[in-house]
Amino acid sequence: MIQIIIPVAVISGLGLVFGLALSYTSKKFAVEADQRIEQISGVLPGANCGACGYSGCEQYAEAIVEGAEISKCPVGGADAIAQISDIMGVQATTGEKKVARVMCNGTWDKVLIKFDYDGIIDCRSAATMAGGPSSCIYGCVGMGSCMKVCPFGAISVENGLARINEAKCNACGKCVAECPKMIIRLVPACSEYSVVCSNHEKGAVARKNCQVACIGCQKCVKTCPVEAITMDNLCAVIDPVKCENCGKCIEVCPTKAISKYTAHH
Amino acid sequence: MLKIFRGGVNTPHRKNTEESKTLVMDIPSRVIIPMVQHIGAPCTPTVKKGDLVKVGQVIGNSEAYVSAPVHASVSGTVTRVEPMLYASGKQVMSVEIQTDGNQDVDENIQPPVIHSRDDFLKALRNSGLVGLGGAGFPTHVKLNPPKDKSIEYLIINGAECEPYITSDYRELMENAHGVIKGIQLVLDMLGIPKAIIGVEDNKPKAIQLLTEKAAADNRISVKTLHSRYPQGAEKTLIYTVTGRKVPAGGKLPADVGCIVLNVNSVSFIASYIETGMPLIHKRVTVDGPVIKRPQNVLVPIGTSLRDLIDFCGGFQEKPFKILMGGPMMGIAQYSLDTSVIKNTNAILAFDKKEGDLPSESACIRCGRCVDACPMHLIPSDLNRLVMAGKYDELGAYHILDCIECGSCSYVCPAKRYLVQSIRIGKDAVRKNAKKA
Repeated sequence: MIQIIIPVAVISGLGLVFGLALSYTSKKFAVEADQRIEQISGVLPGANCGACGYSGCEQYAEAIVEGAEISKCPVGGADAIAQISDIMGVQATTGEKKVARVMCNGTWDKVLIKFDYDGIIDCRSAATMAGGPSSCIYGCVGMGSCMKVCPFGAISVENGLARINEAKCNACGKCVAECPKMIIRLVPACSEYSVVCSNHEKGAVARKNCQVACIGCQKCVKTCPVEAITMDNLCAVIDPVKCENCGKCIEVCPTKAISKYTAHH
Repeated sequence: MLKIFRGGVNTPHRKNTEESKTLVMDIPSRVIIPMVQHIGAPCTPTVKKGDLVKVGQVIGNSEAYVSAPVHASVSGTVTRVEPMLYASGKQVMSVEIQTDGNQDVDENIQPPVIHSRDDFLKALRNSGLVGLGGAGFPTHVKLNPPKDKSIEYLIINGAECEPYITSDYRELMENAHGVIKGIQLVLDMLGIPKAIIGVEDNKPKAIQLLTEKAAADNRISVKTLHSRYPQGAEKTLIYTVTGRKVPAGGKLPADVGCIVLNVNSVSFIASYIETGMPLIHKRVTVDGPVIKRPQNVLVPIGTSLRDLIDFCGGFQEKPFKILMGGPMMGIAQYSLDTSVIKNTNAILAFDKKEGDLPSESACIRCGRCVDACPMHLIPSDLNRLVMAGKYDELGAYHILDCIECGSCSYVCPAKRYLVQSIRIGKDAVRKNAKKA
């Protein structure tokens, strides 16, 4: 009997001693945890996409408590920003909803194909081969590198062209950084019209390379009633801030290089 | 006892054209001469549309030290000066000349007067000579190593380890005398005590001929090398002939007391000093299963691939892939409008059976690429890091030491596109270094 009682007593005694020591030290050396970190983490979407510039939502929450800008999370959007501003007691700055848009419309049936690409299915690699298989060296390479980095599955590649499902897009900007041709841009979700072309060739060359290229005719520039369209090195660009979504430009464009998008407010 | 470098692969030799005597090509109706045919600063055209040019006239030059002038290879009228398609697939400033067929030689061409080493280097620059083995590094820069480095060996690269190519071999067979003369000139001018000609053992006739010719000069020796790819890469060649290792990380052969020149470069030096005619021709091996008459051709620089292949009888069937350079390192061409430049040594055309790349599958971690890498790198890891976009870590794996020889891709049983991915990584690392 004694062989059982002694170990039980020793273990209980040790447990008591350690328990007391632990409870003492936890009171004595306690670190004040900021409740707000947990609250903000709860508000943030938890996708850990990295669009804010921090490695994850938790880290961004810590940074906010330490004084970082609160409107850096494009995924959470206005809702999240409003809630964070409540928690932090800071005035929310602008949190306009944005979406990524591929500024190219050159599917494989619209562009001239220079060669059959044979190698890694990766835009960076294909772009090093004479600018990619398409004869337009400014356009989409179509190997889907953006599709692979999108954390929300919003991008698909159809017929050699990346397409973004704007309803799924959260404007994290990963595709923008990945695209070797730099043809993906973040635009306000309320803008309905974009010039879906990025080429800087002269009109004749651009037309030869791609049926839906912007040929720099400037008809849209002249038509726009609010002067929202400017020419950037032979390619028209619509300023989404000035644009009032009247749609006159799309009617005059001879190559259908301007597209209408459904707005996501 | 022959030294054997670590790594490499045994490729088939396929030197089908080794007995084909060099044919001189007819002057094409037009040539397109790019302003970038070398490593270094691009040249600026010195002629304009409508100008009459003569053979050997300078048509492009640059103020920069690391650069080499470009000369007209034909006489005729300049019809276009604008960016045109280049072998790399990019658009590069080029001069198009419509030939008049007279081949009038520029009257300024006369043998250079050489009294000193500086005169010699200046003459080399004026000759437009760049490394003819493939890389195209300006020779006058290579032959002017930093003053504190003493050069003990001039190594002449006659390895020609790429399959198919025989243009260096034909130089050795047809102009061994010129090669030896060029070597003697360089040895005298730079005060280098020894020269070694390295030739792979699949060229016994060339070895025999060179040994006979070099017997009179005890400074020059001929070394037989194992036929193993990439024997002709600068660093592996230095190791096999001298036992010295060029340290990793951007060190040059001069750091271990060596200078390496291609056989064509060295024989051109001899002919330039004799005649003063700059670099306007290049011997090109035209071969591959779909070429009607595979042969070696002496081509005016700037000739389009179309004219050159027509001269060789055209294609037997529609080619699947056309390479400029050898099958291991050559650049695929998508247009026949690109032109032969100074460092072009072969044009190869393949059918689907030979030219098709098998699709890649997952790495099975066998480590064969690691064994095959002559630069002691780990291609499988580099591939993994590049595909994951972890460019920051590539530096620690010495990615910039990769010579893109393709041995890893050649041995990979999973057919992974290793070199292709490493090239993306090298680009990214260089870009990041520029930003920093």
